[in-house]
Amino acid sequence: MPVIVDYDAGNVRSVQRACQHVGMDAEISADPEVVLAADKLIFPGVGSAVSAVDTLKARGLDEAITAYYQSGKPLLGICLGLQIVLEHTEEGNKNCLGLVEGACERFDFSDRSLKVPHIGWNEINIERSHPMLSELESGDEFYFVHSYYARPLREENILGTTDYGDKTFCSIIGKDNLFATQFHLEKSGELGLKLLAAFKCWSV
Amino acid sequence: MLSKRIIACLDVRDGKLAKSVKFVDTRDIGDPVEKAREYYDDGLDELVFYDITASSDARNIMLDVVEKVAQEVYIPFSVGGGIRTVEDANKLLWAGAEKINVNSAAVKRPELIAECAHAIGNQNTVLSMDILKVETTREFPSGYEVVINGGRTPMGIDALEWALKGEELGAGELVVNSIDADGTREGYEINLTRMIAEAVSIPVIASGGAGKPEHLLEVLTEGKADAALVASMVHYGDYTVSGLKSWLSERGVKVRMRY
Repeated sequence: MPVIVDYDAGNVRSVQRACQHVGMDAEISADPEVVLAADKLIFPGVGSAVSAVDTLKARGLDEAITAYYQSGKPLLGICLGLQIVLEHTEEGNKNCLGLVEGACERFDFSDRSLKVPHIGWNEINIERSHPMLSELESGDEFYFVHSYYARPLREENILGTTDYGDKTFCSIIGKDNLFATQFHLEKSGELGLKLLAAFKCWSV
Repeated sequence: MLSKRIIACLDVRDGKLAKSVKFVDTRDIGDPVEKAREYYDDGLDELVFYDITASSDARNIMLDVVEKVAQEVYIPFSVGGGIRTVEDANKLLWAGAEKINVNSAAVKRPELIAECAHAIGNQNTVLSMDILKVETTREFPSGYEVVINGGRTPMGIDALEWALKGEELGAGELVVNSIDADGTREGYEINLTRMIAEAVSIPVIASGGAGKPEHLLEVLTEGKADAALVASMVHYGDYTVSGLKSWLSERGVKVRMRY
């Protein structure tokens, strides 16, 4: 059964509702054993990476997610779920799961008209083809809310990018059975639902 | 490049849609869930619901509306009106809202902003400000004053000062609503919007006064707003969301056109 990881970081019910809408009944769980036994895992999250990582560790979910990833089953990270799969985040100088090499940094603009958090709809540029992205094209827009952005070390992990001000940042990460988006596909209208439906059908 | 957002504002009273003109003489104009769905299908970027229900025992009706909307639309939506505690905010989030808007209760007790930001995240905590134009004095250096209770009660607080304080306390976005312009359909308060947008580093949503596409163009360019709130101009069918977006796009404003 598909499982949504619950670690008090955002509205898991929004994700569950969107899953339901595309015909995927997903269970919300904070239990490491349930997470490990899932056949598809969704790792969402909004808010502070610091408390998120602390909660994951306190519940033993960090190890469960890592073990799940190593098992080779499909894993979908959303927003904070994308950032935490990296090795480190500048936010609170926190070590993360390290499933993907790289780190997260804070947006830092000298131009004050560029607001942080980066909130709103922005375009993706598809950098590499991937089965999850077969129905999408560059220029499609998704809903973002974040102040930190991912910098994966390896080019091949950067599936998609997005431009904000003079910055081009990684908005889609892919590595083996892991696919993660910085944007909220559960709040990105029909295109977001399309991506969620692709995850439903994705077999690694 | 980040798109400018078009946000539709739906005033809900006793579970029904209402549109206020200068906050008095509200009249029902339909079912909020149906309207939300209609705008979603037409490419709306975001929704805001203001619960203007007078009695507190009718709050559960609003939760029911939120629950139903969340099953129909998959874009962000926020809810405001009568949020006084973190518990109120959490109930709305749990029912399916993405963000909550605090207004009067935050003016009376500013810590509410920090409490919400801490509990549900800055990005989900929106500060709505109702603002009235006043004479520029030492008390009101910006020439604008914060008012509450739907514009009836002046609070003796300078609007720009309050915007900066709201940001400092942890608000992730600001809704700048001009009481003078609200419901007039004669255009947003451009000076007010620009003044606040230039002073804060969080997104600013312009509210009050939209009547023509030109007004949106003006506030999203000259007014420096990140998003524009529309209400009556779309509620009564004079304009459509997709029509407004095409119009803006043709004039060089970056808006989301694929949906």
